[in-house]
Amino acid sequence: MTTAARRSIAGAWRTLRAFMGKEIRHLLRDRQTLAILLFLPLAQLLLFGFAVRTDIRSVRVLVVAPSPDHLSAALRARFAGNGRFQLLPPTQHTDSLDLMMRRGAVDVGVLLQPGLARHLSAGHHPQVLVVSDGIDPNTGTAMRTDAQVVVREWQEALGAAVPGVRVDVRARMRFNPTLESVNLFVPGLIALILTMVTVLMTAISLSREKERGTFEVLLVSPLRPWQIIVGKVLPYLALAMANVSTVLLAAYLVFDVPFRGSLSLLLASSMLFSLVGLALGVLLAAVTSSQLAAMLAALGGTMLPNTMLSGLIFPIASMPAPLQLLTNIVPARWYIEVVRGIMLKGAGFALLWPQLLVLLVMLLVLLGLAIRRTSVRLG
Amino acid sequence: MWRALRVLLHKEFLQIRRDPVILRMLFIMPMVQLVVLANAATFEVRQSHLWVVDQDRTAASRALITHFTASGRFTVAGYTGAADAGDAALLDGSASAMLVIPGNFSRDVQRDGAATLQLVLNAENGSEAGVIQSYAMEILRRSAQELTASRGSSRSPALRNTPAIEVRVHSRYNPALDYRRFMVPGILVQLITLIGTLMTALNIVREKETGTLDQLNVTPIRPAVFMAAKLLPLWIIGMVEFATGVIMAVVGFDVPLLGSPLILFAGAALFLLAALGVGLWVSTVSDTQQQALFVTFSLIMVYILMSGLFTPVRAMPDWVGAIAQANPLMHFITLVRAVMLKGAGWGDVWRQLVPLGGIGVTILALAVLQYRKRTA
Repeated sequence: MTTAARRSIAGAWRTLRAFMGKEIRHLLRDRQTLAILLFLPLAQLLLFGFAVRTDIRSVRVLVVAPSPDHLSAALRARFAGNGRFQLLPPTQHTDSLDLMMRRGAVDVGVLLQPGLARHLSAGHHPQVLVVSDGIDPNTGTAMRTDAQVVVREWQEALGAAVPGVRVDVRARMRFNPTLESVNLFVPGLIALILTMVTVLMTAISLSREKERGTFEVLLVSPLRPWQIIVGKVLPYLALAMANVSTVLLAAYLVFDVPFRGSLSLLLASSMLFSLVGLALGVLLAAVTSSQLAAMLAALGGTMLPNTMLSGLIFPIASMPAPLQLLTNIVPARWYIEVVRGIMLKGAGFALLWPQLLVLLVMLLVLLGLAIRRTSVRLG
Repeated sequence: MWRALRVLLHKEFLQIRRDPVILRMLFIMPMVQLVVLANAATFEVRQSHLWVVDQDRTAASRALITHFTASGRFTVAGYTGAADAGDAALLDGSASAMLVIPGNFSRDVQRDGAATLQLVLNAENGSEAGVIQSYAMEILRRSAQELTASRGSSRSPALRNTPAIEVRVHSRYNPALDYRRFMVPGILVQLITLIGTLMTALNIVREKETGTLDQLNVTPIRPAVFMAAKLLPLWIIGMVEFATGVIMAVVGFDVPLLGSPLILFAGAALFLLAALGVGLWVSTVSDTQQQALFVTFSLIMVYILMSGLFTPVRAMPDWVGAIAQANPLMHFITLVRAVMLKGAGWGDVWRQLVPLGGIGVTILALAVLQYRKRTA
């Protein structure tokens, strides 16, 4: 290496350092933003942990018995004695079930046929209808299934069950036996927070310089485009890693989220995912003209796909084929697979390298595009 | 005062109209999202890979497996006699469930009329696991009936004569369990929340950032007039978006509109007061668009998670449920679903309308007060 080359590298490093110093000062001086960036993710974790649950503990059940008798009383007693149900006052009219269900005041209705006891003792097959509010298909079906179990016990006690072979199933939930929702959401939450800190914040910070005209000043300075980008991006990377660490620590301390795999692999993948987000942020800032446009693009282009198309809430396998194809270009999809793999399954690099490779390719492509778009504006 | 309001409104509309990019984003983005999300937001699992560990290897166990594949819900990812291979498949994700048929399965069925199976699910995604489990249960229930028929064929006439209660089941309002009916109204509401709150917050903070807010503050314009001029155009945009979304939901997604559209729009009008009020409040506490965005986004996340959009409010711990009562989004989503899917009338939804109005007016009033204090 010649002395001249060495000197130019040293010079490049010095200017980069100076520029980064300015960026860090920008970030630190704005105490309010910094506080928000550091504490809101923690608040979100607590919220996810406490609020997001899917199992309803008290199912409101209404027994409609047009002709109350000892059979309907026995059924009501069974529901009343079961801790999972909240038995509503009895009624003889189907209309009141309709009305209450429309108001959302009842979850499951059990309708007995008029003259149930008489029909049964006459050797007939009287009917019982179990109705659930099907607006939320999964929750509705789950509550109805639970009610059916009680109805079945009642039938058996009466000796009025339809006889048949019984196949019992013991279900076991691997990797998350108690289905703690916080275990499922923490990986996704980290992905969301990282997206917010990296994509949104860089896009806004860069487009603010553009809007105010200070970006032109930077471009005519001796700084090269890559130096501007690196200088802009590194402080946010540090912030992103701080967020990952605090959220993981809180998840571990407050909610006992398991860590089955390697922590260093988790941190390395998080850094890779953050870099993808930062490159995307730089690119968004380069192709939009105002802060507002950059923000809307970042929200619509990254936050929503990262929430809805990443498998965070809705399983990818459920989506129609074109959308499943689309999820392949959503970075969070791959990252969430990695985080869940490491935290819940204890998977290592040998299992996760394909996902990491995808993220790496995404990073290179986005970085190439971002640098090209930024330097084009020089000319 | 009215003239000042008119002039300011004119200025606001000009500003919105002049920026075609924003306008396009305001209208096209929510629509695109509605289309994409309505298809993405489903817990229905179309096909899952099942690893079968068959230690029985009889006609009965094979018939059971056929039941799984014939349902169209499952494809067999592997078929072994030992559980190790299935465990590995669950770990690397090539199977999402494993069915273990124990060696004495067909003997137990023949002799005792009862047998036990084991179903192991990959619960990395809990909701997916739950859904797959319910599908498997349904399939097993049906194959148990078939086993009954084959086992008791000689005795079946006798069985028919014993008195028994017949149980039928029904899902009201959504008998086909179509997930889109559940999600589309919710997503619609989520989108106007996002646009309404975010646009308000950013609009005012932008004036702050560029310094034009100070200019406006030194003019004789009264704060109330200024607020009204800022909020009215955004309120109108929100209502137009909501109307477009409702039309798309009904025409494009076959979501029924059983109730009166009037109730729907009355709810939207009240809800937007709250959404804009929150946006206004955010603008008073933030100095830059960056801050405003971050605060808005975090708030909306709280809103959405506690609204019953994805997970039922009644499943939350009681204290969280109590806080959720102050969430306008929760009341509005309940209202939209009840009116569209259940055909609820005024008498059914006043419990949502009253809190919506109360929360909207309170938030807006607080935000306006806060704004005055900041600028005074």
